[in-house]
Amino acid sequence: MSYPAHYKYTDQHEWLSIEGDVATVGITHHAQDALGDIVHVELPAVGKTFAQGKSACEVESVKAVSDVYAPISGTITEVNGALDGNEAVINSDPHGGGWLFKIRITNPSELGALLDAAAYEAVAAH
Amino acid sequence: MRRTPFYPFHKEAGARLIDFGGWEMPVQYTGILEEHAACRNHVGLFDVSHMGEVWFRGPKAMDAVSHLVTNDVKKLALGQAMYTAMCNERGGIVDDLIVYNVAPEEVLICVNAANRDKDYNWMVSHNPFGVDIVNESDFWAQLAIQGRHAEALLQTLTDVPLAGIKNYWFASGTVAGIEGCIIARTGYTGEDGFEVFLPAGAADILWPAIQKAGEPFKLANIGLGARDTLRLEMKYCLYGNDINDDTTPLEGGLAWVTKLDKGEFIGRDPILAQKAAGVPKRLVGLVVEGRIARPHSPIVVNGAVVGEVTSGTRSPSVGLNLAIGYVPSNLAAVGTAVEVDIRGTLAAAKVAKTPFYTRPY
Repeated sequence: MSYPAHYKYTDQHEWLSIEGDVATVGITHHAQDALGDIVHVELPAVGKTFAQGKSACEVESVKAVSDVYAPISGTITEVNGALDGNEAVINSDPHGGGWLFKIRITNPSELGALLDAAAYEAVAAH
Repeated sequence: MRRTPFYPFHKEAGARLIDFGGWEMPVQYTGILEEHAACRNHVGLFDVSHMGEVWFRGPKAMDAVSHLVTNDVKKLALGQAMYTAMCNERGGIVDDLIVYNVAPEEVLICVNAANRDKDYNWMVSHNPFGVDIVNESDFWAQLAIQGRHAEALLQTLTDVPLAGIKNYWFASGTVAGIEGCIIARTGYTGEDGFEVFLPAGAADILWPAIQKAGEPFKLANIGLGARDTLRLEMKYCLYGNDINDDTTPLEGGLAWVTKLDKGEFIGRDPILAQKAAGVPKRLVGLVVEGRIARPHSPIVVNGAVVGEVTSGTRSPSVGLNLAIGYVPSNLAAVGTAVEVDIRGTLAAAKVAKTPFYTRPY
């Protein structure tokens, strides 16, 4: 699976699709593959504020639980309610329908440190 | 890391391999949920060659085994097998294992992979009858074929009449042309099925033969991931998680294989004493609301930690969050409400009837 070129990435295996001051966030193909079949997600509350790098939600596979960190500081504006009972979408469509939450960016200067697709692919391949 | 003789086939099949107690084993081939469903609905193949095989030989072989284990193995007929615990002098469980009454003066014990050396050392150092105890683990491979089509599949590879082998019985015979196999109607999944012991050198023959024979039955290769979810739905103990050297069979839900009136065995006195004094904690099944409990999640009642989860997962077959864990005996009754602390959040849970899963045929 390829990594969309217009997305940004973190070395914690999250992707961001940025439109205006809102970023849609999910986990990467590499992350879902490493986790295996995802069966449960603990999404953050809408309106909650996170500092960059803080655990914002949890993704659980049959075998393990994994934190998803806020890739940038901001306030949650929306979560992907369609995942409830249909968590496998994160496995089958991690960069699209498997998105987790949208976050309003409060500190745009943090965006500069995010990875582009090529840099992330190098991280994922490591 | 150690590898089983089937390792090249796992690599070839594209399995994801992990370190399981020093063994490089497949955790999944295509995905845990898919493999779990294949075993429940069709039939699955498991490489369990990492399990150990220890043979007791001599006129007093079964006396020697009976001295070591909690169940009444002297009642075994030839060709019959029995699940049991083996305890230390404190009544703690050294291992849980299966005893096979193979021939007069010949007994096979199948032990857990991680305990191969520990068990063998324990056995030879507690051998008052002086029988021959031989660790043949490296000379045997083992495959489990589990699921409703297991018998039909395996029957295409052997002349041994499988319908005549009842649950926890076994027969010796030839499988896929391999002589000297042991075919046991046992398993760790809750499905009907067999575990086949074969000479390790014949592994190259049996794996492809079963793959080919399995095609019409939708055979799937199953890794350790689904092996764990399958056994958890049955509340079968996983040694090291749910039971260990410090838990007694009465605590670990293994009273049914602990025959305190069978006569002397190692650990009998402390187990009798515990029974008389009251068993302080018990391994129970839990259904957890909303979240998935994991090993070491604290079990909480009225804000106080009263026990700990030892195994937990989302159950693919039952659709609930299942867990196994220890609670004080007064909280062990089915229906008792507790809470489980899952990474700082309390989730409601109830002690549940087990097994969680019952096969529909």
